[in-house]
Amino acid sequence: MRERSRALSAWIGRRAHERNSVIYAALIVAALFFPTIAANLTGDPSPMISEAASAGVFVLLAIGLNVVVGFAGLLDLGYAAFFAIGAYTAGMLASGQLGASPLQHEIHIPFWIVLFLAMFFAASFGALLGAPTLRLRGDYLAIVTLGFGEIVPRVFRNMGFGSPLGNWTSGINGINALDQPTLPFWFVGPWVNQAFGVVKDFEFNYDPVAYYALMVILVFICVILVNNLQRSRMGRAWMAVREDEVAAAAMGVNTVTTKLLAFGIGAAFSGFAGAYYGTKLSLVGPDAFSFVVSVTVLVMVVLGGMGNIPGVMVGSLLIYYILYIFLPNLPDYASNLAQTVGLGFLNQPNYQHGWPGLSAEVQLLPFLFFGVILVSIMLLRPQGLIPSRSRAEELRRRSTDEQPITAVAETTAH
Amino acid sequence: MAAVIRVRKSLSGPLGTRILLLLGAAILIVLVGPRIVSEGPSFFLQILTYGFADGAIYALVALGYTMVYGIIELINFAHGDVFTMGAVVSMPVMGAFGLAEGNAFGLSVGLTLVAVFFIVMFLTGVLNIFIERVAYRPLRNAPRLAPLITAVGVSFILEGIMVLWIGNSTVHYPDLLPDTRIPIGGTASIGTKDILVIIVAVILVVALTTFVNGTKLGKAMRATAQDREAAQLMGIDINRTIAATFFIGAALAGAGGIVFGLYYNSINFQLGFSAGLFEFTAAVFGGIGNIQGAALGGLFIGLVRAFSNGYLRAEWTDVWIFAILILVLVFRPTGLLGMRVPEK
Repeated sequence: MRERSRALSAWIGRRAHERNSVIYAALIVAALFFPTIAANLTGDPSPMISEAASAGVFVLLAIGLNVVVGFAGLLDLGYAAFFAIGAYTAGMLASGQLGASPLQHEIHIPFWIVLFLAMFFAASFGALLGAPTLRLRGDYLAIVTLGFGEIVPRVFRNMGFGSPLGNWTSGINGINALDQPTLPFWFVGPWVNQAFGVVKDFEFNYDPVAYYALMVILVFICVILVNNLQRSRMGRAWMAVREDEVAAAAMGVNTVTTKLLAFGIGAAFSGFAGAYYGTKLSLVGPDAFSFVVSVTVLVMVVLGGMGNIPGVMVGSLLIYYILYIFLPNLPDYASNLAQTVGLGFLNQPNYQHGWPGLSAEVQLLPFLFFGVILVSIMLLRPQGLIPSRSRAEELRRRSTDEQPITAVAETTAH
Repeated sequence: MAAVIRVRKSLSGPLGTRILLLLGAAILIVLVGPRIVSEGPSFFLQILTYGFADGAIYALVALGYTMVYGIIELINFAHGDVFTMGAVVSMPVMGAFGLAEGNAFGLSVGLTLVAVFFIVMFLTGVLNIFIERVAYRPLRNAPRLAPLITAVGVSFILEGIMVLWIGNSTVHYPDLLPDTRIPIGGTASIGTKDILVIIVAVILVVALTTFVNGTKLGKAMRATAQDREAAQLMGIDINRTIAATFFIGAALAGAGGIVFGLYYNSINFQLGFSAGLFEFTAAVFGGIGNIQGAALGGLFIGLVRAFSNGYLRAEWTDVWIFAILILVLVFRPTGLLGMRVPEK
């Protein structure tokens, strides 16, 4: 019996490993062939490829938040703040922005260095915020990060023209015309309908394919990095702290440093993604980093499966598709559907009955949709779509194990 | 490690409080002091009345946060939206009672308003019991992240419902109260609205305190907050007690919603999000789990808002409040009056 269960668990282990490999392989193949497929599907593949590169930003964010929430079990509700810090680092250090500031000097640092600077700044703020608060109980950290997430975009918005300290961020208008990355040389590949060759001094110049390729490379590197982190001594310490902090401390894990590292690394990923995002969009404004962004990334992590990297990647792509492609088009789909099934009158606004028209009504749905996803995942499948095995086990065991009191009460009653 | 523990003890002990108070005093003196002197005493008095009225509303809603946290240690993110829901629901209820803008304020309008208060408090209470039953109770033994995430989800669901109900723009709330103002010295004056808000808040806070300290259900709540399992062994129906806590918290939030509507005369569906954060800050500031603390914290947040809006730049007000939240959590996580819940 015991042997059988051991064989079973070994089989599950192998299968889970295979499953992750299959997902990785599928993701890599999809990433490589996506531009070709997009080119064949539509006449102008640029919008689709650009959209895919933006989706990659959220994949990066989700991978980073997964370190904090999935590995170390800390709830970060202000993740967008670090995203904002990264984006504003790029905005201020790689554009003409600071020429109008009290500094009177434009700063143009190359993109590749800005990426690391953004990472560094975001991680420093993460450490600064985390060091005093990570000693507190878990849900207090959630509140502190939430507060921080509310403060940062407001500070960036208020530091525009007319602020007491001068104009640093152009306020509500945001920073635009960020420097575009350049490369000393660049391969043009077969997948962009060009002959294979080398271009010297390649400039990105808002080219979606170049950004897409860069994003694929960044995600690839980050996944390898995080996978190694998870299997490292630090990764095991994260898991120990997540499961039982007191026991972990008793085993000699320095819980404060462990949590701080998870928090800082998560913030670094967010800063990294922010710098890329700002540069790609060539616009950094305070409204792009609201609480909704933090929650979106959290939904991606939870839906995909906390703690499991391929799951989180699939989850983030799925949520990105739903939120940024499917839902914005839903009003059109809905009104077309209403037209074809003969309910065309629904498309006409009827202000007397307070009906703004179907498409206007459908535009209001994302909030409800968001909430329903969050609640139903947590109730129906708290381990996510593609769960990490140990995390799923933990979530299952906790809910069945920890009811000793009722059991005792029942036995004493008899 | 020993050094870390020492720093930690001193930070959360009296030294932390002292640092916090010194920091607060320094900011007050450097930033606000000169403005207070230059603007004169009657402006100060005016700001003070605004702060008290604003703080009374925050106090009402902060009570719900603190009670729910006290009993099941959940930060109920949806609470702010229950508050907004109170305001939104009260509009059709008022319509059904024939209360409309332009009615002369008299005894009949006042009594009808009291009836509206009770009905809306009942409705929001039932709504919150339903939320607890569906979204929090199944997860009571799950890891702590789980109910926190569903709470954020419920908050979005409520906002989604309200956006479908009243639309995504600011809506006018019927202006039922008389606008007479009573001079209180210099050019400063206090409006009937300010007085009403403060009276409602004081009545409800006193009622709640006597309820929790004086009744059997209140005793059950305190017992459940202290040790849920022991309370269960003593024969307390935990589910009923927790449901009652959610009901009371939401009833107060609903009342807060009506008071907010009557006071400001405009609401929008996202009101509860930022207001909820301020109210949670108030609860944390007073010592989460502590009813008097929450009331005091609400008042404090109201005053900070009024002073920041009046003497400093209004666009920085939110930044100050969230900064206070973070500083309080860092230097004195037990809050002003101390937490009732021990750290488990």
